[in-house]
Amino acid sequence: MTDKPKYPAPVTNPETAHFWEAAKQGKFLIKRCKACGEPHYFPRSICPFCFSDKTEWEESKGEGEIYSYSLMRKSPTGPYAMGYVTLDEGPSLLTNFVDCDLTALKIGQRVKVVFKPTDGAPLPFFTPVG
Amino acid sequence: MTIKNKAYIAGIYEHPTRHAPDKSTAQLHAECAKGALDDAGLTKADVDGYFCAGDAPGGVMPMADYLGLKLRHLDSTETGGCSYIIALGHAAEAIAAGKCSVALITLAGKPRTGPMPPRAYGPEMDFEMAYGPTTHNAYGMCAMRHMHDFGTTSEQLAWVKVAASHHAQYNPHAMLRDVVTVEDVVNSPMISDPLHRLDCCVVSDGGGALIVTTPEIAKSLKRPLVRLTGHGESNKGPNGGRNLDLTYSAAVWSGPPAFAEAGVTPKDMKYASIYDSFTITVVIQLEDLGFCKKGDGGKFVADGNLISGVGKLPWNTDGGGLCNNHPINRGGITKIIEAVRQLRGEAHPKVQVPNCDLAVVHGTGGLLGVRHAASTAILERV
Repeated sequence: MTDKPKYPAPVTNPETAHFWEAAKQGKFLIKRCKACGEPHYFPRSICPFCFSDKTEWEESKGEGEIYSYSLMRKSPTGPYAMGYVTLDEGPSLLTNFVDCDLTALKIGQRVKVVFKPTDGAPLPFFTPVG
Repeated sequence: MTIKNKAYIAGIYEHPTRHAPDKSTAQLHAECAKGALDDAGLTKADVDGYFCAGDAPGGVMPMADYLGLKLRHLDSTETGGCSYIIALGHAAEAIAAGKCSVALITLAGKPRTGPMPPRAYGPEMDFEMAYGPTTHNAYGMCAMRHMHDFGTTSEQLAWVKVAASHHAQYNPHAMLRDVVTVEDVVNSPMISDPLHRLDCCVVSDGGGALIVTTPEIAKSLKRPLVRLTGHGESNKGPNGGRNLDLTYSAAVWSGPPAFAEAGVTPKDMKYASIYDSFTITVVIQLEDLGFCKKGDGGKFVADGNLISGVGKLPWNTDGGGLCNNHPINRGGITKIIEAVRQLRGEAHPKVQVPNCDLAVVHGTGGLLGVRHAASTAILERV
């Protein structure tokens, strides 16, 4: 396992600072709207579905399955696999798959969150389980 | 209120260069503008509306001044490669509303010989940028899921490139003029799974321009009459992560209103310009526009069905972005230009569709697998 390549630190802003503070504690947060009950990602202060401002932070289990992916083979920093994970809570999110055989990824494969360090808050990535 | 028949494309110009180390980006815009005005038989003084997008240095204000335009309508809607198809609709709206009478639309850039404008990130930046979304992997994810859900194969995708290459062999300006086979495509190096090198479009310097005008002015000119009869535009993104489905594009929303406004259906189309940033882009958009059922796009494009004179749907007869030209990674304007050539009867004789009087132009901009816009235009020869 390796933490290379080095990832850029999140810039953060007042709307998302709590997400990154939680990430420093190893917690992976999503947002849920109290008005319509829908979870979403990445976090917004106003729900992108019902436009209510009653959104709350919620800790995700950080588990889900691969929706799709693509292994980029022509990159100056080496091959990397970008894809979407659909969390068990519902939202799908863009990520990289790490700490695994990148040529053995499969749609539907179970994955879990793993944080990787930056010069600022750590970034969430996903790795296969089992 | 409709734009149907309210605006005509009176001038087109595709810059012949594909490599322009000796020119500036603004200069390429100006040369394209001049070319389109010459084609129409109009002059710069006639232009009272100007439309440009993210490739125009500094945007509409400095470019209007650089070109020496005195305007009463300005528009710099930026939606990546489909900006110019959206601009065509917006120009028609402005003309229909009397806000301008001669609209100029330009695109130009030098990705091979100069710096690219930096990619603009939105509020998603901290949650996506680090994962390295490029065009290749963003479209690769769409292809991967399309294959998973519908059994689409690399060989079927390859037929899109094969068709483009058959057309490009007749285009002296095309970057890639060699006819390729399905085997050539699937045996080319894998770039971002499941897309091979030959599933990708070319990178070219260059540009293009359009002149859009009123029916009265168009009829006073000496060029064949081509008018806009329907237009649509829309957008799609991860949508907060809800119901992610990468197998369809915003064409499902831009297409139907365009066909409805024109009062036609996909079956009526004699020719189609469909954005071909990658082979998968064409397959997904053909399905979304209603040329075949969702999931059947691979079968639809196979066996030369997109080759002019061979298949049922003559498509991108200039060689498209896959073989001819994809100036500054934006293929929207060249899609419109080749459709106008077909409708005028000015395409290469080897690819000209007989009696081509109805065509669809469609494109996406941005990243299909992340967030993108789409626009559809229906064009008719009068």
